[in-house]
Amino acid sequence: TTLAFKWQHGVIVAVDSRATAGSYIASQTVKKVIEINPYLLGTMAGGAADCSFWERVLAEQCRIYELRNKERISVAAASKLLANIVYNYKGMGLSMGTMIVGWDKRGPGLYYVDSDGTRLSNNMFSVGSGSTYAYGVLDSGYKWDMSVEEAYELGKRSIYHATHRDAYSGGVVNLYHMKETGWIKVSQTDVMDL
Amino acid sequence: MSSRYDRAITVFSPDGHLFQVEYAQEAVKKGSTAVGVRGKDIVVLGVEKKAIAKLQDERTVRKICLLDDHVAMAFAGLTADARILINRARVECQSHRLTVEDPVTLEYITRYIATLKQRYTQSNGRRPFGISCLIVGFDYDGTPHLYQTDPSGTHHEWKANATGRSAKTVREYLEKHYTDEVADSDAESIKLALKALLEVVQSGSKNVELAVMRRDEPLKMLSVDEIEKIMAEVEKEKEEEAEKKKKTKTS
Repeated sequence: TTLAFKWQHGVIVAVDSRATAGSYIASQTVKKVIEINPYLLGTMAGGAADCSFWERVLAEQCRIYELRNKERISVAAASKLLANIVYNYKGMGLSMGTMIVGWDKRGPGLYYVDSDGTRLSNNMFSVGSGSTYAYGVLDSGYKWDMSVEEAYELGKRSIYHATHRDAYSGGVVNLYHMKETGWIKVSQTDVMDL
Repeated sequence: MSSRYDRAITVFSPDGHLFQVEYAQEAVKKGSTAVGVRGKDIVVLGVEKKAIAKLQDERTVRKICLLDDHVAMAFAGLTADARILINRARVECQSHRLTVEDPVTLEYITRYIATLKQRYTQSNGRRPFGISCLIVGFDYDGTPHLYQTDPSGTHHEWKANATGRSAKTVREYLEKHYTDEVADSDAESIKLALKALLEVVQSGSKNVELAVMRRDEPLKMLSVDEIEKIMAEVEKEKEEEAEKKKKTKTS
């Protein structure tokens, strides 16, 4: 399960860390947030290989854009690059539901991109097997002008509740905060301790 | 069959010249003059209009073209070559809007056009484009720019420049008369472009075409009346200058 939401102080990204192969828990320590560059993050849901591979390709493209155009790529452009890449493979079995999070000259940016070629922009997304549980908690607790601590708590709690009910989610909650100056990793908390 | 076209046409000479590119630059020098001026809040393009034959429809000979809402260009050289480049540039402007969700910056589209030109100096069976472009416009952050590209594929930014027939004369005039005060005033920038063009073009509002673009406004082609009005002002200024000179001489 992964989630991200925009609010007064930037964007929060919270993810779990369980990877499953059928009903077998393959790993409890997967890094589902991919650090594309100091001001762009991508999340992983669906096929782990597809997500991490294509987001690394995205990082390469973003860097080339930066060098060619002497300015950082916008979140809109970065997400569109990824969406166009995967659209070329539509129907061939790629599986990824990812969120591209960043801060550019238009402010905080959050886009949802998936392997069907869907690309959406919104203030809140949750992706993955436990996303419905996360949405429930997020929607009831979300306020645009929350404090920073409240937002951290909300992100963590939403993932916790998703891991509680969804068998395919668990492990630790990795929490990131996207600020104007770039992202920071806030915390890593085991769900057993929440 | 296609092996006939695999031979490179633009090859180095023993002393390091690319003759085809230099010949292309000669073709540019034969084209009608184009001038560009970058002000603080305005960019101006002016071209020399060749005498139109009586039976020809004037409107079909357009040397100032819009590449996007905020980018315009004028050129000197082979008109047919220009048409191809303009088409590719227009498509690229829209393609950029689609993939990056932002309008092109002047630097980007100039780089694109220049890269395209360079490619043709290094391809099999093709000759370089015989045109030199003046690209003007405003980036979405509001800064005005004027760029020039030439057949070799290089591009540079200018405050004011000219290309085509007698470009050197026009450029010297611009160098003498371009000041920051001129750039600050819209009217002065337009007058400078017109005056520079009149250095080498036979007088007459029928022989020049002027276009201006202001920030966040579409490209505006000046009508014959508007050009006449500016020319009248220029004439008046010239007379006043002559009067002043006479007065200082006698006293």
